[in-house]
Amino acid sequence: MVKAETAILDKAGIARAITRIAHEILEHNKGCKNLALIGIRTGGDHLAALLQARIKDIEGVIVPLGTVDITMYRDDLAARGNLPIGKTDIPFPLDGKHVVLIDDVLYTGRTIRSAMDALMDFGRPSTIQLAVLIDRGHRELPIRADYVGRNVPTAREEDVAVVFSQNQSPVEVKLVKP
Amino acid sequence: MSFKHKHILGIEQMAKEDIQLILDTADAFKEINKRDIKKVPTLRGKTIINAFFEASTRTRLSFEIAGKRLSADTVNISGSTSSVVKGETLEDTAKNIEAMAPDIIVIRHGHSGAPHYLAERVGCSIVNAGDGAHEHPSQALLDLLTMRDHKGRIEGLEVAIVGDITHSRVARSDIYALTRMGAKVRLCGPGTMLPPGIERLGNVKVFTSMREAIKDADVVMMLRIQLERQSNIMLPSLREYARFYGLNPTNVKLAKPDAIIMHPGPMNRGVEISSLVADGVQNVILDQVENGVAVRMALLYLVSGVESMQTL
Repeated sequence: MVKAETAILDKAGIARAITRIAHEILEHNKGCKNLALIGIRTGGDHLAALLQARIKDIEGVIVPLGTVDITMYRDDLAARGNLPIGKTDIPFPLDGKHVVLIDDVLYTGRTIRSAMDALMDFGRPSTIQLAVLIDRGHRELPIRADYVGRNVPTAREEDVAVVFSQNQSPVEVKLVKP
Repeated sequence: MSFKHKHILGIEQMAKEDIQLILDTADAFKEINKRDIKKVPTLRGKTIINAFFEASTRTRLSFEIAGKRLSADTVNISGSTSSVVKGETLEDTAKNIEAMAPDIIVIRHGHSGAPHYLAERVGCSIVNAGDGAHEHPSQALLDLLTMRDHKGRIEGLEVAIVGDITHSRVARSDIYALTRMGAKVRLCGPGTMLPPGIERLGNVKVFTSMREAIKDADVVMMLRIQLERQSNIMLPSLREYARFYGLNPTNVKLAKPDAIIMHPGPMNRGVEISSLVADGVQNVILDQVENGVAVRMALLYLVSGVESMQTL
């Protein structure tokens, strides 16, 4: 059976959402002093790089950018067997920073919990904020996003896929029905 | 590609993809060892027993630190202070350890095959930390990771391994690992220390002249003369050995100018390696030790994943 796919955002739509989120982040933090972006692998790290570029266009400042791999912090590792471990790269101290965590899709919130635990092992940020391209609901933990590209009501059986091109730029977001 | 080995008994059983995955996983774990808080919750609640029936500082410490940095509970027992001295058999010792429900037993034993023997008899994972003159898989893997760090690749590297090949489990594991990854291995030592037929292990050349063996090599790995494992039959004197098979500032120039110098430790300075070389700019000996922790974290993580999948 062929899976039914519905496009939610196209390339231009994603670009507009990223631009708006960049403005919101700057507005909320009153500029980019002590601001840092950390993308969650994989997906969030590509979006974080885009946000960094957009913030540079707006403010002319290159804010520090890092990536975090949450595999080591998962709460379902025992059930998942050995998942490949990706690289975490946070090349700047987190103490006193306003960290914006970036992920592509916010779902149960468990990934974000893992990512926050990882960040705490690196230092003590002043604040941790959350930016996501898609919020699809179904939270299992008390976590919400500060910046959302698009809210998409979904059923649990459905899947939200963010498609990236070869050079890691997002091209499409689609809802896949089983 | 997922990892399927419940036990790490030797490199001999591993495919190229397994080795690749272990090295990539170790690479990702390295970053933890540079943090202020050197701990992740990955193996929380797992119990790892380090059973070392033979002397070891580096490997035991390295496995213990690796386990602790992944939040596993690590417990050490050593041969000299265990019931082994009261005459308990290895199998009984292992069964008793198993009754306390560990997830992984890391074992070093003076007899080749001891980890295999246990793997067939206990339910938990067994990781070989060196068995007799057979294999020392974690050492070979950290050697490969160090080579890859410095040379960017393993395939095509000319690697000279010099010393007592016959008694060296490090050499055996390195030969398996290097040939499987496409490196060219040169083995060198006095005739009494070269086991006949070793060239059948793969892409291996055997030399008795050190100058020929290390000429234009990318990597020169010196093995320790295991003074405790041999009588005087193998070599007439240490001075003579140092003259013919020791690495010194003169013969090291025969290797490529950017060659790296490795040693699994502990070093006999002035015997197989002169202090000038051991402390020289080309040495990566402490990088090997540093990588050892990351490689052992990777092994514990991967083995533990296989085990938890099987119990589901």
